[in-house]
Amino acid sequence: MGRLARKVALVGAGMSKFGNHFPVKRNPDLWIDAWLNAVESVDNGIEPKDIDACYVGNYSSDLFNHQGHLGPQMANLVGLTPKPASRFEGACASSGIALRQAIIAIASGVHDLVAVSGVECMTELPTAGVTDVLATASDSLFEYPAGATFPGLYATLASAHFHKYGTTEEDLMRVGIKNHANGAENPYAQMQSSIADMMKSKIAKIEKSGGDIPDWKDEFDYLKSSSNPIIAYPLRLFDCSLITDGSACLFLTSGEVAKKYTDTPIWITGTGQGSAALSLHDRDSLTSFIATKEASTQAYQMSGLRPKDIQICEVHDCFTIAEIVALEDLGFYEKGKAVEAIKNGETKRDGILPINTSGGLKSKGHPVGASGAAMAVEIFKQMKGKAERNRQVKFNIERAMTHNLGGSGGTCVVTIYER
Amino acid sequence: MRGDHENMSEGEKDFTIQSYLEFLQNRKLMGSKCKKCGALYVPIRKLCTKCNTANMEWVEMSGKGELAAFTSITVGTPYFIQKGYDRNKPYCFSIIKLQEGPMVSAQLVGIDESKPDTIKIGMPVKVKFLETEIKGESKIDLGFEPN
Repeated sequence: MGRLARKVALVGAGMSKFGNHFPVKRNPDLWIDAWLNAVESVDNGIEPKDIDACYVGNYSSDLFNHQGHLGPQMANLVGLTPKPASRFEGACASSGIALRQAIIAIASGVHDLVAVSGVECMTELPTAGVTDVLATASDSLFEYPAGATFPGLYATLASAHFHKYGTTEEDLMRVGIKNHANGAENPYAQMQSSIADMMKSKIAKIEKSGGDIPDWKDEFDYLKSSSNPIIAYPLRLFDCSLITDGSACLFLTSGEVAKKYTDTPIWITGTGQGSAALSLHDRDSLTSFIATKEASTQAYQMSGLRPKDIQICEVHDCFTIAEIVALEDLGFYEKGKAVEAIKNGETKRDGILPINTSGGLKSKGHPVGASGAAMAVEIFKQMKGKAERNRQVKFNIERAMTHNLGGSGGTCVVTIYER
Repeated sequence: MRGDHENMSEGEKDFTIQSYLEFLQNRKLMGSKCKKCGALYVPIRKLCTKCNTANMEWVEMSGKGELAAFTSITVGTPYFIQKGYDRNKPYCFSIIKLQEGPMVSAQLVGIDESKPDTIKIGMPVKVKFLETEIKGESKIDLGFEPN
């Protein structure tokens, strides 16, 4: 148990532009954009006829778009019919699960080449509707009647983290400031603007309308102002990830087949998945995610690596507090110590452990079912030295990780990549 | 209410979600206690996940506990918007650690939701059954207030 029977390689990865696309683009349109982008990323080219199966991660097309059964619908867009095509669901970890299942299918010998994707078109519903759909990823029976929203559950965890470790609102804000600075360098991100630039354009707008110029000294002043309203205390608007339409696509092959597509495959050497009670009240800890601990322990064991070996990681920052908790649960920092490392700049692009160079869910966007696959797209680009604009990290990456969390932590998938 | 169990006496109720909710409508916060190992569950479970035995008995909670975690929500769920909450009138979602051990999710009332920094984790609370009337139908939701 716990090892891959065959080597598994990532030979291609791409994504659609993330943003507000409905009705100009719907699920199939977003998915085909990601597919074409992924095909382009394969060094020696790839054709649909090479592919054995199509795995699609999607959270809730049923409720967002009144459409279930996305597997065969997407596969047909590129002529994969009648090959096997399946949809995987685990809330925001849906395409992380699809990725893991493809790894297992290839390692087992059943498939040699699987197209793994994720897609979500959320803006077909108004914001209140999106909030309600997201709430179905938590417990509808006992949390919902008590008023739980998705941000509310993470805010509740934040209150416990604040109480236990002295974490502050400024600590949360540093995560958002960093991730937006990264997203500004990602042409596929939904919000390609740093928080400092957003503050400046807000001031310019107020100036133009003849209003009182706010006396914001820095981003923190701006983020504490009414321009950044509280959604669920202590989380404000800029602590929350975005409502996004988007898709991502990956090509996974067996070790032998990989050579046909590239001389420099990215090897997947570890995969792990964990679960937890859906309700926060049913868990032993309110300051850490047991599913993350389980998933990462499995992935570390499989790869033979330890937390200190990981050089770059995309973590699931659906809310700023989630990034802090993830850095602790993945073993990069002791409980309560991640905020200090963030403050010291360790997790910035030029730090010793760059986190969310893509901009994260916070700035790149969070089309929930596509987010897990999109994390692997960033790792692929960074490991190949192909990250756009100014966000390529300056050292050679040998070992990387993605961390994809579902709902309020009920599911977690962790993947380890090596060169 | 549908089903056969409405004629059952309290002690005979099956360990289902519906039974738990029916108790709640009668202003009783009930748990299920494993007759074999004594593990206590609120909300209830039919199978004890500590000793893998399905042999439970109903026990009523004292309704006393402490605040374990909370948030004050300005952008609420459709249900709470229906109840009259909004940006200018936030509500408090909380996790309460019961005196008996288990934790539950509940609305926290009797505090100033608009001043969340005055709400303190660890403060003692007691149960308050919250009656809501929506479209002529009355319903009890689990709530707590400072004790």
